[in-house]
Amino acid sequence: MNIHGILAIYKFEMARTRRTLLQSIVAPVITTSLYFIVFGAAIGSRIQQVDGVSYGAFIVPGLIMLNLLTHSISNASFAIYFPKFVGTVYEMLSAPISTLEVVLGYVGAAATKSIILGMIILVTASFFTDLRIAHPIIMLLFVLLTAVSFSLLGFILGIWADNFEKLSVVPMLVVTPLVFLGGSFYSTDMLPPLWQSVSLFNPVLYLVSGLRWSFYEISEVNVAVSLVCIVGFMFACLGVVIYMFKTGYKLRS
Amino acid sequence: MEAVANPILTVSQLGKTYAGGFQALKDINLQIEKGEILALLGPNGAGKTTLISTICGIVRPSTGSVTVAGYDIIKDFRKTRSIIGLVPQELTTDSFESVWSTVSFSRGLFGKAPNPEHIEKVLKALSLWDKKDNMIRTLSGGMKRRVLIAKALSHEPTVLFLDEPTAGVDVSLRKDMWSIVSDLKAEGVTIILTTHYIEEAEEIADRVGVINNGELILIEDKNSLMRKLGKKQLILDLSQPLETLPAGLEGYELELSEDGEKLTYTFDNQGEHTGITSLLDDLKGSGIRFRDLNTTQSSLEEIFVSLVQES
Ligand SMILES: Nc1ncnc2c1ncn2[C@@H]1O[C@H](COP(=O)(O)OP(=O)(O)OP(=O)(O)O)[C@@H](O)[C@H]1O
Ligand SMILES: [Mg+2]
Repeated sequence: MNIHGILAIYKFEMARTRRTLLQSIVAPVITTSLYFIVFGAAIGSRIQQVDGVSYGAFIVPGLIMLNLLTHSISNASFAIYFPKFVGTVYEMLSAPISTLEVVLGYVGAAATKSIILGMIILVTASFFTDLRIAHPIIMLLFVLLTAVSFSLLGFILGIWADNFEKLSVVPMLVVTPLVFLGGSFYSTDMLPPLWQSVSLFNPVLYLVSGLRWSFYEISEVNVAVSLVCIVGFMFACLGVVIYMFKTGYKLRS
Repeated sequence: MEAVANPILTVSQLGKTYAGGFQALKDINLQIEKGEILALLGPNGAGKTTLISTICGIVRPSTGSVTVAGYDIIKDFRKTRSIIGLVPQELTTDSFESVWSTVSFSRGLFGKAPNPEHIEKVLKALSLWDKKDNMIRTLSGGMKRRVLIAKALSHEPTVLFLDEPTAGVDVSLRKDMWSIVSDLKAEGVTIILTTHYIEEAEEIADRVGVINNGELILIEDKNSLMRKLGKKQLILDLSQPLETLPAGLEGYELELSEDGEKLTYTFDNQGEHTGITSLLDDLKGSGIRFRDLNTTQSSLEEIFVSLVQES
């Protein structure tokens, strides 16, 4: 096992973030605050309560999920796309390091960053609303699994993409809509019955629902189903990554 | 394949066909002696980079096999790759990293524990020490090339590939590069380099390989190559111009210049008899006198051009 290699990639990625510290910490604090001002204060003053939880508190898990998903994907996809784009990937391909080790380095760093981000959002949110976390361990588990799985997805995306457009199209056109339609900012009970059923095909619904359950013990689907979904998704992504490296997909000609 | 005494690298029947169906390497067989400097020559697109990339693990071989220090490059990739250092042809570096951190990163990536003394030694040898905290994007092209060499040396490889290390490099840096290469050789590092500057191969290589159209058309000891394929010429400045060659000299490979003032005799310097003595005798017999004479030997460049044209 090439521990030094994994650490080198991990540290390199974390250092890249440290250079843009302002952007990585201040930006999420500001956007979270904006969400609370717009959704929490403006809309929340009319909605009052959802399933017995104040609207401001209700949207916190959704907000965390939204950021975890988008940032995990963009961090990891950019991290591997960029060396491919400028050519420095030659070094990784010629190094005595296995697929799994490369993935550990990149995905580990991307997931670490999104988890830190999630915690920043959680802390910021606590200034705006009364937070109550019923099952902290389960909450952390969901945050961890989501960060890891979607960093894996980002990694796959970064290898697949051969231009910047492809790199941004998936987060923008797929992930963001799924998050907004996945009950991040509302309960699906509020939708007409047809849309309630359609929502069940949205994978993000299961994530938001699971995370929300860890906070307030309210959920759209059983929390066990949510867990199985995210674990399954993680292994599916891992399988794709391993397949990609085995066949050299878009990396080794 | 020309077998060597202590092979550090053995390429057997290696072929590479790219996804588009282009066959970039055809049945390459090659052994590299431990501690030697091998120069690979060949026109653009010949397959030099493809060969190097395959050995280093960047390109997947289609057929054949490669072993480094007895280990297979696919089955034992960890062993082979940690022995090898690669300086790529393209100047591809990070931009916002410092010289120090990018070189330390390479060492870690290749599985070695941090060793600041070694990095310091490498940076000093490459005259990069005073630039160690500079951001890479602020360096000149030649300096970036050195950074790539430093990265390749960061994990103390014993086999080093230099893919056109002196492309776009000025004369003084090129001289520096040559001395770095000979220092490495003195430390026992095996070096395989590609170049388009044939005088470079002539100056530093022990052996020369020529690749054309994906085939290794020749690999030989530089000196014997130059002896064998190098033609020698004897040029005579005649005292009086000649209109035609006298009949008595027909047996020689002689060429008369247009103005009739120069006579060029081409001979094989490997043969036992160069024929110079008898030519001079026969010239005397025909009453031809000359003012001056000199000999020339073809350079590696001329040998190379004629080889590539032939194949
Ligand atoms: N990824 C690739 N896909 C398809 N063809 C490729 C690829 N890489 C190289 N080739 C082709 O393979 C041939 C050999 O290329 P290679 O880069 O090995 O040549 P080279 O000898 O290094 O040339 P140069 O002196 O220009 O560096 C060329 O015809 C090139 O177009
Ligand atoms: Mg090349």
